[in-house]
Amino acid sequence: MVATALFGLAAAAVGAIAPPRARVRLSVALTLAACACGFAVAADVLAKGGAAAVHTNQLLPLLGLSLRLDRLGALFVAVSAGVGLCAIVFRLGYKGHGLSSRTGSCVLPLFVTTLLLVPAASAVGTFMFLWELMAVTSLVLVLADHRARDEVNRAGQWYAVMTQFGAAVLLLALVLLAQRAGSQSFAVIAAHGPHLAPWVRSTAFVLAVVGFASKAGAVPLHVWLPRAHPEAPGPVSALMSTAMVNLGIYGIIRVGDTLLGGGPAWWWLLVMGVGGLSALFGALHSSTSTDLKRLLAYSTTDNVGLILLGVGASGLFAATGHRPLALVALVASLLHLVFHAVFKGSLFLSASSLQQATGLRNLDQLGGLIKRLPLSAPVFIVAGLAICALPPLCGFVSEWLLLQSLLHGLPSGDTAIEVAMPLGVAVLALTGGLTAATFVKAIGIGLLGQARSDDAARASEVPATMWGGAGLLALLCVVFGVAPGLVLPAVVDAARSGLGYGTAHPIAQGWSVGLTGVRGMLAPGLLALGLVVAVLLVAGVRQLAQRGAVRRTEAWGCGREVQTARMQYTATSFAEPLTRVFDDVLDPTHDLDVSHSAESRYYVESAAFHTTTHDAFETRGYRPLATTLAWWGRQARRVPNGSVHRYLAFGLAALVVVLVLVG
Amino acid sequence: MGKGTIRQIVRRLGQRPDHLDAPANAEGAVSEAARRNRGSLQLRHVDAGSCNGCELEIASCFSPTYDAERFGIRLEASPRHADGLLVTGPVTHNMADPLRKTYEAVPKPAVVVSVGDCARDCGVFRGAYGVAGSVADMVPVDVEIPGCPPEPEAIIAALQNLSGR
Amino acid sequence: MSAPWPMSSVLAVTVLQVAAVVVGGPLLVGLMRKVRCRLEGRAGPPIRQPWLDLRKLMRKERTRPEGASWVFSAAPLVLVGSVAVAAAVAPLLGTAPAFGPSADLFVVVFLLLLGSVALALGALDTGTAFGGMGASRAMTIGALSEPALLVAVLALSIPARSSNLPAIVTRSLAHPAWLASPQRLLAVVALVIVIVAECGRLPVDNPSTHLELTMIHEAMVLEYAGPDLALLKLAEDMRLGFLVALLAVLFAPWGIATTPGPARLALGLVAIGAKVAALGVVLAAAEVLVAKLRLFRVPELMAGAFVLSVLAVISVALA
Repeated sequence: MVATALFGLAAAAVGAIAPPRARVRLSVALTLAACACGFAVAADVLAKGGAAAVHTNQLLPLLGLSLRLDRLGALFVAVSAGVGLCAIVFRLGYKGHGLSSRTGSCVLPLFVTTLLLVPAASAVGTFMFLWELMAVTSLVLVLADHRARDEVNRAGQWYAVMTQFGAAVLLLALVLLAQRAGSQSFAVIAAHGPHLAPWVRSTAFVLAVVGFASKAGAVPLHVWLPRAHPEAPGPVSALMSTAMVNLGIYGIIRVGDTLLGGGPAWWWLLVMGVGGLSALFGALHSSTSTDLKRLLAYSTTDNVGLILLGVGASGLFAATGHRPLALVALVASLLHLVFHAVFKGSLFLSASSLQQATGLRNLDQLGGLIKRLPLSAPVFIVAGLAICALPPLCGFVSEWLLLQSLLHGLPSGDTAIEVAMPLGVAVLALTGGLTAATFVKAIGIGLLGQARSDDAARASEVPATMWGGAGLLALLCVVFGVAPGLVLPAVVDAARSGLGYGTAHPIAQGWSVGLTGVRGMLAPGLLALGLVVAVLLVAGVRQLAQRGAVRRTEAWGCGREVQTARMQYTATSFAEPLTRVFDDVLDPTHDLDVSHSAESRYYVESAAFHTTTHDAFETRGYRPLATTLAWWGRQARRVPNGSVHRYLAFGLAALVVVLVLVG
Repeated sequence: MGKGTIRQIVRRLGQRPDHLDAPANAEGAVSEAARRNRGSLQLRHVDAGSCNGCELEIASCFSPTYDAERFGIRLEASPRHADGLLVTGPVTHNMADPLRKTYEAVPKPAVVVSVGDCARDCGVFRGAYGVAGSVADMVPVDVEIPGCPPEPEAIIAALQNLSGR
Repeated sequence: MSAPWPMSSVLAVTVLQVAAVVVGGPLLVGLMRKVRCRLEGRAGPPIRQPWLDLRKLMRKERTRPEGASWVFSAAPLVLVGSVAVAAAVAPLLGTAPAFGPSADLFVVVFLLLLGSVALALGALDTGTAFGGMGASRAMTIGALSEPALLVAVLALSIPARSSNLPAIVTRSLAHPAWLASPQRLLAVVALVIVIVAECGRLPVDNPSTHLELTMIHEAMVLEYAGPDLALLKLAEDMRLGFLVALLAVLFAPWGIATTPGPARLALGLVAIGAKVAALGVVLAAAEVLVAKLRLFRVPELMAGAFVLSVLAVISVALA
């Protein structure tokens, strides 16, 4: 762990000091070393179970720095390190966007290092220090391009406010726990946690959920996510959307299960509710979004919601006494977390590749890229199919496991479970369907068909490190889909360490995923084999039946004289039925600008149609709140009016209040 | 559902309509088509500028009275799904290119059936200002069905030559 | 659960099942067309007409629009392959198909989703307005039918404590009284509505429409010709045949082979054939009586199916 930190700091220093030509390469090399170290330590901990501990009182005054990696944290470190490796490799080919400056080269390694170290923090002070460092470094990275575009500034503002709000709430929760338990060390808090007063536990849990949910991007604290992730540079958005939101979930599991030792059912129903709402909201907005990166950001909210649904179900099962099922549910959500990091990382990286190749982010202007970018496009397709939970890719395995964990909760004597589980399945189903529609749109409109703009028609392939970084993650999607047994043991161990119990392995490994104790099994390898054999057989039949070569013809357009690329469906039109069906949630606005010909009102010279959907939480929650706060601020500014008498009166009043309180 | 409706449905289920005579053997491309199709013929109908009289007759070919579908003959929406074209009317200027494009879109080998006198030789519209020519001037025609409009039996007999049943 | 079957029987059952779905799917569609025609007062084509169409299409030329990529060519392969694997997974003839312990109902659902996604991508690859329109409508309806489908699957899995298909079927055989219970009937109705939506039948979609603006499935296959079109038609027919057979097995499993043996397999084949034919006749007769729904009424239909599934789950939980 120390080695990781040292490598990361060295990379940051090099990035700040080195001359421009060597800056990028050196800092990248050192950051890669840091990630590799982190991965090695995490793998070691996962395999052997030992917890590497480091404690020093020198570095942070009054608080000290203590790091201790257990299996749960190790899983998160491994995921961060894996995605970090691919993102940093990607960064080598990535041009501009402020990352090549001194600030960028210095801060990016710092950010990666904090991502690797936060799961290892074992005291409140260390945790908050690393958490804040992560927030600040990611904010600087989001603002990397602020000179070029104005939206980056606004995105940075939203992100700064939300992340500080989350950090403040978290600080409250952790400090409350530390004060009641008598020490800031996580081990001591975990020992005292189950014995604290119920109101302390509940307050701490709710505050922790609020703080961590805002980092994870769960509704209603998600508003920064669709603004910040698209504006950040490619590798940064990939890391934020995978490693950083993972830490929000890590926090909830850590506080709920380890520190507090589980709690009453209503805690976990709250988590499930937040999860379900996030999943539905994120899925709806991603299915109707036309900005590719915004689509991916909302999809992150969707998947975070699904993971929280699993975490909540796990806690609920534990609270009602079904311990083996609690383990299965937690394993399912952690597996989904790992696989989400893999396919979302790949998606963000290849979306950045597409953006670099075309200069465009708007799906309505893309198209035909599968012919122009023969290497980046298939990577995007594989990752997109994985996120739709289609066999034989990895998303299917984790979705299946989540469904199984919800299914086996029924029938049960508990009303909460009886109501929550079918709703959970319904949420999984609807978000699954909407995700499929979303990524058919993203792949079909973005990559297939004809190019809808000149920039898309002129796109050229990106450097090898870029599609290599994204491609490696996409390859993992396939490998994990066919052989999930490669990661399952680690995930099961992490879940057991998080929950604190579970002796027998409820999930068989090897080539299949089996739930012992309850009846359910999945053989992803066999399924993949079956699909490949079937497709090859059918291809053979078609080849035998074929007479002559395939004739290339003009596309059939009902005999129309002129067929242009503009006649194709765009992302907006693709999503229009969904926008109409869900218009209460999406709140679409339509603008039609018609300019008539000078000669007569009956002839139209040009028409422009513009449609947007609005984030309901933003328009109905955040904006009124911001307006009210601004109003209060303006009123409060009238109070200090420059009169010394008034200031002296304030001082006297404050003194009187303090005397009354203390006396 | 009343008793009358049930009786009607039962009566219809038991009905056996008359069969038309089997087609006589034709030579050339038509018999080649019949051998290829062996009981399945899909055509894309193109109205190249007709008065819709032939369309009415074609519609009644597929109605319950004549029922061409029992010989495996069907009209399709996309020329890519069809074995050929069923063209009515003289070819107007505006429809000349679309007709050629539709013929290009049909997967080869394709047949073209021109229905009615107008499709054969422009019929009563010969020499009109809007007419570019007959169907044979635009695309190669395999079967011509004369008549203004031709009777459904004639249309079905000609199509049976192509479908091979 | 009964003793595991020998490998040869398992292979025989799997191959026979896939073959039955491949051969029987178009025959089912032919039968449904025949029933429809008879109810309309005409003779209609023979029941084997879809196979005559497929045979002719296989001999025709393959075309590909300008600008289409390998996705256009791969879509029919993935579509047929996914339905074939689903037919191999589900226990249609015998309770121990190839995937045996891992034959899961959720696997079947996601395999069919794979086929739908492949078809939609192939349609978008054509670069035409029709392809986009068909893909957009099909994915919307698919997204809205997923909740009803998965919650109905949940309702079926709860009594058997598992979503493993042979387990569900075996339990139905052991507790026949449960098959007539209200929860089963609610789940049947919900599943029938979902099958109608998944297979593009009336009232959700008219498979024989010529008006492009009313097309959903047809618009996606407008650009395919020859063997590609034959594969797509075959996949569509197989999907309908497979889903109707699955419905029959889940709700009337009698006749399915529970122990290996050629006689029992033959009986299973006859039983499933008869059930599928009967269900097909009922579906076709119902289709004659309904009109196609407006596109924006279909979400209401799907919401109704979802409500029925939820009621099924609630009544299972209460029982």
